[in-house]
Amino acid sequence: MKITKHTVDYVANLARLNFNDEEALKLSAQMEDILAYMDKLNSLNTENVIPMEHVKPVSNIFRKDMVSPSFDREQILRNAPVKEDGAFKVPKIVE
Amino acid sequence: MEYEVVIGLEIHVELATETKIFCDCTTAFGGEVNTHCCPICTGMPGTLPVMNEKVVEYAIRAGIALNCEIAHFSKMDRKNYFYPDLPKAYQVSQFDLPLCKNGYVDIEVDGKIKRIGITRIHMEEDAGKLIHDQWGTGSLIDYNRCGVPLIEIVSEPDIRSAEEAKAYVEKVRSIIQYIGASDCKMQEGSLRADVNLSVRPIGQEKFGTRTEMKNLNSFKSILRAAEHEQRRQISEIEHGNIIVQETRRWDDTKGKSYSMRSKEEAHDYRYFPEPDLVPIELTDEQISKIRKELPELPEDRVNKYINDYQLPEYDAKLLTVSKNISDFFEQAVTSGANPKKASNYIMGDLMKLMNQYDDEAIPFDGDKLAKLISLVEAGTISQNIASKVLSMMYETRKDPAAIVKEENLAVVNDESALSEMIENIIAQHTKSVNDYLGGNTKAIGFLIGQVMQKSKGKGNPQMISRLLEEKLNKLK
Amino acid sequence: MTIEQLHGKLISKEIKVEELVHQYYEKIEAKDKDISAYISLCKDNAMKNAVLIQERINQNKDITPLTGIPMAIKDNMCTKDSKTTCGSKMLENFEPPYNATVVEKLESSGSILLGKLNMDEFAMGGSTENSAFKKTKNPYDLSRVPGGSSGGSAACVAADMAVFTLGSDTGGSIRQPASFCGVVGLKPTYGTISRYGLVAFASSLDQIGPITKTVTDAGLVLNATAGKDKYDSTSSERNIADYNEYLKKDIKNIKLAVPRQYLASGISAEVKDSILNAINEYEKMGIVCEYVDLKLADYAIAAYYIISSAEASSNLARYDGIKYGYHSENYTNLIELYKNSRSEGFGAEVKRRIMLGTYALSSGYYDAYYKKALQVRTLIKNEFDKIFETYDGIIGPTAPTTAYKIGEKSEDPLEMYLGDVYTVSVNIAGLPAISIPCGFDSHHLPVGLQIIGKAFDERKILQIAYAYEQQSSFQGLIKEAK
Repeated sequence: MKITKHTVDYVANLARLNFNDEEALKLSAQMEDILAYMDKLNSLNTENVIPMEHVKPVSNIFRKDMVSPSFDREQILRNAPVKEDGAFKVPKIVE
Repeated sequence: MEYEVVIGLEIHVELATETKIFCDCTTAFGGEVNTHCCPICTGMPGTLPVMNEKVVEYAIRAGIALNCEIAHFSKMDRKNYFYPDLPKAYQVSQFDLPLCKNGYVDIEVDGKIKRIGITRIHMEEDAGKLIHDQWGTGSLIDYNRCGVPLIEIVSEPDIRSAEEAKAYVEKVRSIIQYIGASDCKMQEGSLRADVNLSVRPIGQEKFGTRTEMKNLNSFKSILRAAEHEQRRQISEIEHGNIIVQETRRWDDTKGKSYSMRSKEEAHDYRYFPEPDLVPIELTDEQISKIRKELPELPEDRVNKYINDYQLPEYDAKLLTVSKNISDFFEQAVTSGANPKKASNYIMGDLMKLMNQYDDEAIPFDGDKLAKLISLVEAGTISQNIASKVLSMMYETRKDPAAIVKEENLAVVNDESALSEMIENIIAQHTKSVNDYLGGNTKAIGFLIGQVMQKSKGKGNPQMISRLLEEKLNKLK
Repeated sequence: MTIEQLHGKLISKEIKVEELVHQYYEKIEAKDKDISAYISLCKDNAMKNAVLIQERINQNKDITPLTGIPMAIKDNMCTKDSKTTCGSKMLENFEPPYNATVVEKLESSGSILLGKLNMDEFAMGGSTENSAFKKTKNPYDLSRVPGGSSGGSAACVAADMAVFTLGSDTGGSIRQPASFCGVVGLKPTYGTISRYGLVAFASSLDQIGPITKTVTDAGLVLNATAGKDKYDSTSSERNIADYNEYLKKDIKNIKLAVPRQYLASGISAEVKDSILNAINEYEKMGIVCEYVDLKLADYAIAAYYIISSAEASSNLARYDGIKYGYHSENYTNLIELYKNSRSEGFGAEVKRRIMLGTYALSSGYYDAYYKKALQVRTLIKNEFDKIFETYDGIIGPTAPTTAYKIGEKSEDPLEMYLGDVYTVSVNIAGLPAISIPCGFDSHHLPVGLQIIGKAFDERKILQIAYAYEQQSSFQGLIKEAK
């Protein structure tokens, strides 16, 4: 699979990452290498094989609908780099 | 050219659980910003979700009530995208194996019944809320709503008019309220709808390009947005333009929709199975248990009202549109009110008052209406006064008897007081008196009215009529 | 000294908790400037706790085998109000408002947390060179890596700067550094120890486990940390009272499988020799060891890197500079805040895996990569299940080589990934596995023997490991590293 600059840009945008041209070039080569290695999976016949999403066949783990006290707001906000009026703050969002 | 509109709706309903979908924080509406939060619902590193059992139960109830198949195997998935209201940068939702699918509801528009297909119902978590800060320098994030459980009800594109869209949402809302899965308070955002709409020339098989309007939270805005979008698309086509598939924002105050192309970047949500949650497996027994315990649905109540209470079909349907009203009606009847009389008050005075105050519920209990009706039946107050008392009850929530006493509204049964009034009226209205004496017996109606007016509506009408007749006959 | 030994001394009051804790801080002071295993220390708290725990011992109240034992944990387990960095600039100043379940459990066991340990950033790596803060050295040779990602945890035990430590293992991150540092590292069955409070790398593979000096100690730590947690839906309901239950049971009926593929190309000759010697030891004990095929071993790395990177790309999306963590100063709008915070806050390897994972999940590639990998996962699990129909355990090397030089491999990511060849399939199949020392190479670097068991069969692999540990002439060689 050829990993073009365009693919790197597209994926980087989805992942909210920046790469300069040099980094992008290196990354596309590395990704190409790694993906080429991964393509070895294609030599396995997986027709009708159920994908294993969970390694343990467990289902129906639920909790009761019982309220516990929430955390102090200071605790929720203590690591926030920018906050105002008890809230996390981000640059103005224009819709 | 004649066009046909094609509408599909996605309705998001916040479930009536006490706690959020994956943590023990309260779902209570309101509260200071970021005070209904914990490390789990704010997506702190290391935290994990655990499914609230009530969410699954409510979602199954909704599925059964909306005639869906309930999946024996269902799982949660992650929908990945960055937005500040989504602290984990993924929403836990359901992708390819929703809990419920292939359902329907029947709606009635212009007396005709139409079946609207429901593609699926899935469970997911709500996002937080963005507030624009007062200085305009940025946006603030409140995560109180983040993690509140939602179900998303996706309809088939079976809807063919704005009215049908409104009727569909009304019907779904009513059913969800009946089964107790949500209060569906649209003002609080606990029910909101996304309208997917396209138009096509009548007779054309292929769907037109659709647009989506998100988060409409009143019946009025659903109706107006759909009507407006239909007109807009037809006009675009007639001007030779093509419709762009996009999300549009409906501005209800301006009555216009706006393109949101800025948010239209590639929707590559990279769904994958949520590894932190285990699948949900249901047996037929579990499903039928929930089915058996399902609260009464509107149709059940319509039948009961017609058969047990002998109400006209019209009354029965109108009373059951909203669960709040239907519950109120049943309270009144249980407290001894005559069903038809209770129905008349509700469909008349009370619905008018609810409209006037833009309320979703009557602010007092049905037993008070029963008390009011018994005051009328006992002759303590007149029919006219009853309406007045009802609007005072609506405003003050006081007991009808208390209002009648405080406001001195009881019927005047004092014969001597009424006799005096009658004598005055006879003296003042000689023409009507003479007409009556001359054989025009209908003239007595006018005189009775005059006496009633004099008594400010409180005179006992039977007594007035008897005394008036006696006195007039003496003049013969 | 081991947990077992120290426990005796603490209970007999031969040594006081405060003294012991103090001694360990002295050791850390003396050695860690060379080894750099610790990211942070919590001495004030530890000394305070030591007094309280001594009180417990004096009153003979709530005593567990870990009471008063000084330990340390990998810095990806949340400790309330104290830094949990994950070895990343992204979380350099992050102070969680809550404790990981495992931290709570250790606290109630009465063990004393000394500090938190270095690791590859977000546990991605096999050498601890990907830490944003420091490079941990192998106590056997300071010019070499300790392995990774739990390199700090393994080096710490090897240098006896804590009696035991916890690491986390997503594709070998406990076992491989244990192998490189000559200590015991146990990755329990997926779901054995709660993941609540473990900063997620790949949710379906991550598992916490102990790094100790002896097999017995590993069982003791497992006893204190395992169990169902209501905060982790994937934690197991299984209730095992004593993981060391089988240690002294007769080993005669045990049958071991040796995958041919684990001793084929890619393995260093010296590692292979040590493993063959170990097999020989087992045979001497009367245990049947037979060669088997683990044909899919070759595919495990590909499946592993797809699954783990895909999950990581989603798990690490929450680091956006808004709620916690690194916040770029350089932005004018939201999208720049996201991109710059993430690009400046994450290191190269983390970004590479996020890119790989995002790609594997992106529109049009899901089936070819992610779904395919999950299908291969099923096949790998089936292959293991088949072997366990006949055998009690699978033995082989933990890593293809011994510890390599710092800087030797970190340039080529694929080459690094291939070093996980013997460990990743265990995570893919959710099985338990232990790495125990089984010899030295010619540079006097330790070699690790891996024993893989059936799901939830930790007791048996501990038994198999213990038998080797008791017989092994290597036992005498395990001394405190310099």
